Amino acid sequence: MAFEPQEPQKELKYDELRIYSDAELKNYTEKELKNFKIKHDIPMCEDLESGPWPSFVADAKREALHRRKLAADRMMIERDVVEDMLGQLELSFKDGETHWKHGGIVGVFGYGGGVIGRYSDLQVKFPSIAHFHTVRVNQPASKFYNTDYLRSLCDLWEYRGSGMMNLHGSTGDIIFLGTFTEQLEPIFYELTHVMQQDLGGSGSNLRTPSCCIGKARCEWACYDTQELCYDLTHHYQDELHRPAFPYKFKFKFDGCPNGCVASIARSDLSFIGTWKDNIRIDQKAVSAYMGGEIIPNAGAHRGRDWGAFDIRKEVIDLCPTGCMWLEGGKLMIDDKECTRCMHCINVMPQALRPGVDTGVSILCGAKAPILEGAQMAVLTIPFMKAEPPYDNIKAFIEKVWDWWMEEGKNRERLGELIQRQGLPKFIQVLGIPAMPQMVKEPRSNPYIFWKEEDVPGGWQRDIQDYRSRHAR
Amino acid sequence: MGLSTERIGLYNPAKPMENRITDLGPRHYWQFFPPVIQENYGKWKYHEILEPGVLVHVAESGDKVFTVRVGGSRFMTVEHVREICDIADKHCGGHLRFTTRNNIEFMVDSLEKAEALKKDLWSRKHVSGSFKFPIGGTGAGLTNIVHTQGYLHCHTPATDASSMVKAVLDDLFDYFTSMTLPAQVRVSMACCLNMCGAVHCSDIALLGYHRKPPIVDEEVLEKVCEIPLVIAACPTAAISPSKTEAGKKAVKIKETRCMFCGNCYTMCMALPLSDKDGDCVTILAGGKISNRIHPPRFSKVVIPALPNNFPRFPEVCESVKKILEAYAASANKYERIGDWAERIGWERFFEKCDLPFSDHLIDDYRLAYDTFRTSTQFKYTDASWAVTEAVDGE
Repeated sequence: MAFEPQEPQKELKYDELRIYSDAELKNYTEKELKNFKIKHDIPMCEDLESGPWPSFVADAKREALHRRKLAADRMMIERDVVEDMLGQLELSFKDGETHWKHGGIVGVFGYGGGVIGRYSDLQVKFPSIAHFHTVRVNQPASKFYNTDYLRSLCDLWEYRGSGMMNLHGSTGDIIFLGTFTEQLEPIFYELTHVMQQDLGGSGSNLRTPSCCIGKARCEWACYDTQELCYDLTHHYQDELHRPAFPYKFKFKFDGCPNGCVASIARSDLSFIGTWKDNIRIDQKAVSAYMGGEIIPNAGAHRGRDWGAFDIRKEVIDLCPTGCMWLEGGKLMIDDKECTRCMHCINVMPQALRPGVDTGVSILCGAKAPILEGAQMAVLTIPFMKAEPPYDNIKAFIEKVWDWWMEEGKNRERLGELIQRQGLPKFIQVLGIPAMPQMVKEPRSNPYIFWKEEDVPGGWQRDIQDYRSRHAR
Repeated sequence: MGLSTERIGLYNPAKPMENRITDLGPRHYWQFFPPVIQENYGKWKYHEILEPGVLVHVAESGDKVFTVRVGGSRFMTVEHVREICDIADKHCGGHLRFTTRNNIEFMVDSLEKAEALKKDLWSRKHVSGSFKFPIGGTGAGLTNIVHTQGYLHCHTPATDASSMVKAVLDDLFDYFTSMTLPAQVRVSMACCLNMCGAVHCSDIALLGYHRKPPIVDEEVLEKVCEIPLVIAACPTAAISPSKTEAGKKAVKIKETRCMFCGNCYTMCMALPLSDKDGDCVTILAGGKISNRIHPPRFSKVVIPALPNNFPRFPEVCESVKKILEAYAASANKYERIGDWAERIGWERFFEKCDLPFSDHLIDDYRLAYDTFRTSTQFKYTDASWAVTEAVDGE
């Protein structure tokens, strides 16, 4: 059954879990906030309170005031943690340098990931952020929440941490920003026992997998991104929490080639939804677009007058393969020439839809520049079914890992290993044949690393035999 | 069982492994979906953007979900999240979601409810004047700028993140709340080359950059670092072993080989590179991750260094605006910044954006030759006439 959790889910009710009373939660007035000054002088930070975009400084100040007014025993780390954080930020602006120390190995027992140690290098001046460890909390797929869950997290984090967080970190986790070492185990205990919620990954681990909105609210998802993300996250908990890899490893799941979670640019294994049959066409809707009855591109260009919709100019001529034409007022597609770029579907979502025989393309080896330069993922598996229990995908992942863990150097991402040993080696390891789809074009240098078995008679030769034909 | 209020809660340090629960994973997503999402999961037919920040998704059943998207500043306090929850409780049956780009999405099942929600969201401001929940970030406009930790939490940044993003988004606010651009524009920010995010494939990328080689802290290096690992960490082989006058083991840096990536500092805290004057902001442009029309592309460096002028980064804001306005004025409908630059030619891009071109923009790292022009197909611009003039060509 597709939507069954792997463990029964405890129902979380904020009223049963909460730490703070309503009176404690609403313990300051707008007027008090207006007149509130934190204990440090922070003119540069305060400059960031003006302007229309939400000010993180204004937000931090209300948390600072809220903590000022809570009773001392209602917070397990110092009340002025936010004020010290802002004070240090101001000093960093002044000094043009960060004031966080390098490193710090902290964590929870049994896990090598999920917590990032951080210490201030100005502990005398800012004692409340002397320790400022981050806790990564594994977000639910596609970052949907209910308020019972979020409010409970807020209470836990205000009580045992700084009350400051990131929603979300770049990898996708809920980030709890700043607590003392003593509180790490209690936070983990409350998360697991009370909230049935685990930490995410950090260090040389599988990083917290993340997915696009998928079938939850998108008509283009070619497979169930949430379910695959959830299934693999659970299946690989050991890899997520106990570092056994040469470096970080990321899975990301995009439901279609539009790539809303950027898997192609930042994940070692990028799963992108695709289809192998034909684009579904509703010719009536095509006519409606051409007649101006439906707004093109789902209304994304509403803000400016681009003139009347012109299907030739905006769809047919922009098709990268030129596989579309009009015939008697009907839109025709030569689907075998289509590369599924999504443009026509994006422009006319009510007329065109992806096919129904769907699966994933798998691309390997994306990463940001450190160390060997930025790499985009390489198309490795053109099409694969992605259906529970996903055994085919797990078998593929494990082949990739076996090779990378055996051959990868310290801090070498999968993409760098593919570069170093070659794509031909990688596909050999995977046991898949070469295909022209793996490259933009065939090689232009002829320096082929022929293997001995490729050459008739092998490489072993007799010099005497050679000399019998060629004098020295 | 409620959340505990003891100092160390239910955790017993004397028996740390007692009753321990591990490897639970995340909570299951299904329970967090609003009913209309649960009922129409996998059965969505099409969607439309009704106005900036407001989407409607229509299911095969005829059900509709209206989404109002608002900008978030990524750094949020629990006070802010509680206010988000208040809104979700009041309008959305207690449900909400976040996007990959740090926006918050509130979902309702009718247009009337969406109108009430919008009114409420626009009415909420911080005491100092900024909106708490600006509506926008959809379609052919600017979405939220994703960013990294900067001075708020990171030990390697070459600049700050939250402040730069606040400054740039204040300046570009109208592009967030409208859909007047030729295509979507994704601006991203990373405070060092580690790039914790897909900055390297954004339409416009803001990147903190160190420009001074590491300082060798000889006092402690041999105690706190694995010297062979430090040496191996350098991608340009600029680090080699040495000894201090006092006979301590250390390393020396061949400074002209350093490209300031900071990988050595990641391996060894005795090699810091941060510097008030050396650190700067690099701007890249023309990247994307979507496969739409053209394949995904890397961003290209278009401004090698702008000063770190805290807290408002005027030079960065001005440059981003300049690129965006030149693009808005001359790109075709559906054309991303990189597509536009390639159509008109990068030499014309620099001219149209009024950006100087310097030798720092010519690749001199590995595979640089792939970026050289090996053709006579070029366009004349002031930059080309400067070369002609330099050789007395006219």
